[in-house]
Amino acid sequence: MTRPIAFLRKCISSPLNALITLVILFWLLTTVPPFFDWAVFKAVWNGQSSRDCANVDAACWLFIRLRFQQILYGGYPATEHWRIMLCGATGLVALITLSSPVVRNKVFASLALTIVFPVFAGILLRGGVFGLAPVATAQWGGLMLTLVVALWTIASALPFGLGLALARRSKMPVVANLAIFYIDVMRGLPLVGLLFLAIVLFPLFVPPGVEVNALVRTLIAFSLFNAAIMAEVIRGGIQSVPKGQYEAAISLGLSHWQAMALSVIPQAIRAALPGIVNVSISIMKETTIILMAGMFDFLGVLQGSLIDPDWLIGDQIRQTAYFFAGLVFFVICFSLSRYSVYIERKLSPQGNK
Amino acid sequence: MPRAVAVQTILLLALAGFVVFLATNLVGNIARLNLHVGFNFLARPAGFEIAQTPIAYPEGATYFRAFLVALINTILIAVVSILLSTVLGFIVALARLSTNPLLALLAQFYIETIRNVPLLLQLFFWYFAVLGPLPLPRQSLTAFGLVFLNKRGLSVPTPVAEPSFPVFITCTALFLTVAIVFFTSARRYRVKTGQTSRNRWVAGFVFLCAPGLMTIVAGTPVTWDVPRLNGFNLSGGTTIIPEFVAMAIGMSVYGSAFIAELIRGGFASVSHGQTEAGLALGLSRSKIYSKIVIPQALRTIVPPLAGQYITLLKNSSLASAIGYPDLMLIFAGTALNQTGQPLEVMAMTMASYLLLCLITAGIGNVINRRMQLVER
Repeated sequence: MTRPIAFLRKCISSPLNALITLVILFWLLTTVPPFFDWAVFKAVWNGQSSRDCANVDAACWLFIRLRFQQILYGGYPATEHWRIMLCGATGLVALITLSSPVVRNKVFASLALTIVFPVFAGILLRGGVFGLAPVATAQWGGLMLTLVVALWTIASALPFGLGLALARRSKMPVVANLAIFYIDVMRGLPLVGLLFLAIVLFPLFVPPGVEVNALVRTLIAFSLFNAAIMAEVIRGGIQSVPKGQYEAAISLGLSHWQAMALSVIPQAIRAALPGIVNVSISIMKETTIILMAGMFDFLGVLQGSLIDPDWLIGDQIRQTAYFFAGLVFFVICFSLSRYSVYIERKLSPQGNK
Repeated sequence: MPRAVAVQTILLLALAGFVVFLATNLVGNIARLNLHVGFNFLARPAGFEIAQTPIAYPEGATYFRAFLVALINTILIAVVSILLSTVLGFIVALARLSTNPLLALLAQFYIETIRNVPLLLQLFFWYFAVLGPLPLPRQSLTAFGLVFLNKRGLSVPTPVAEPSFPVFITCTALFLTVAIVFFTSARRYRVKTGQTSRNRWVAGFVFLCAPGLMTIVAGTPVTWDVPRLNGFNLSGGTTIIPEFVAMAIGMSVYGSAFIAELIRGGFASVSHGQTEAGLALGLSRSKIYSKIVIPQALRTIVPPLAGQYITLLKNSSLASAIGYPDLMLIFAGTALNQTGQPLEVMAMTMASYLLLCLITAGIGNVINRRMQLVER
């Protein structure tokens, strides 16, 4: 009970603060109720077609509802949607198992997850073997495509980034300088440019006859770019591990690589975890640019459906679509950022008491 | 260290092998597809129009001219976004650090919302959902009849140099130099003796009065060309294309949320003991801020701020998604398609971004070096 009272008291602690509070309250009163009217009370929730939303100056959730399948799965055939669901469910179960205290060997388990799961997901989603109908990646879309790109990028940037970070700290000048060069160049280029490179120039650099589909090229560009970002975060983690840890491991008779793998890297990853989650958030957000390469990800499907002549009935459709897209991204990224704050607290000396 | 030598040799050989592999493929593909190679195309006329041309881009201008226009457009939007996002971020950070908890909460809400929504979506929002439904020029939204906002963009008054302008600017520059000389001598005097010099006031007086004085002597140096409604359109002034307005707003808002967090973190990193020590010495609040808190906070803020500016610069490449004529859209898009020389065009584009990033990072490093604590 004391906290709200303290809050209120601080709001009027000085004449200036009281004035600011009044102005803010007035502003909130004039904006918040109309917003809820728009988003909830006056919004169209049910109906059959775009006619139900015409001439209603409020959110048209009907638009989202009628296109929900497309928003989730893009052009993936309706009869095969179960494969995406199965894939998502498996991934979720694996993640929960991994983060529960039952699993002891986290390094081994996460390695298994980052190697076995993508192969499993790839086979399941792509099809063509084990009697699964093949689904071309051009048909992939919606939130599923966004998550595929984001998760793939995170999963591949981590090991690659770790390798780069280790190479950058190597005592061998050639190795260290190559890593520095790679990281600095990648960090100086815009991802959109790399995406264009992957789309336009990639075919020129492979032997004639070799066709690599657009999604794979995009994934390669995303991995290469984010590995450099991840490397810098992990390097920070490695630097935060006291030198004594490595020396202690060596004096116990471990070899260089044993000491790194068993003592330094686990501690480095743990220290770098908040940064890794932050990079994951920006990966999640930057997946949206694949729509510039003509792919229909979550935002691409929404943006594409806005030019449907059936729904050209007013600004409310566009507003609803953007509001919905923003809300989905916000929920995902905000939960991740809370998670990052949580780990940071848990890892800080004060939180460990 | 024979092992290290072996490892590095193998690595270099593997890398060289990979490069040779790519080069062979490239040469083979160029021969097979009969592609043109070389930078001769830069001298050919480009033959397409650009919506925003900060430098002259006449009909029949070359591809190189188009490249320059696009490059300047990219720099323009990046610089404007960097400046606006810094100002906005500073204001949000002040709100976030305010003693009024309601204001601080509101600022936090702003920061979290903006940071967790993709920039591309925000650009779409500003361009299609906010600027798109604006009225036609006839029903423009206007502020004091000076600034007009409509579907075609933002029309603002333009300064026009009068004949007296060169005289005005030379004399003002002269006066400013005098002011600076007085100011530095005043400062040297104060450092040496610990006493304030009267030169300081002379400098301030000259600095403040010079432009006004020159206006009286030489006549009005600048007049303003104000846009006004003429039939169905606005004439006069300068019209900023809606793509630029959307980009500037979207990037500034997005950047401001990150910058606000940086500034907040910087101030939080200065321990409260510093402020208390200042109070104990009897310094005023403003002195404590300007001499103790802000210099120390800047030390934490500047390095990540430079990183943020680089990010903003790179993010400006999203402009092509809403049709702002930047390097990506004009050069890596239109020019690439028309010339059919993806290799040269992409190389120039990427090198430009890399160079811009390096320059930004370089400026950041210089500022950072001057800001850091000089240790004994």
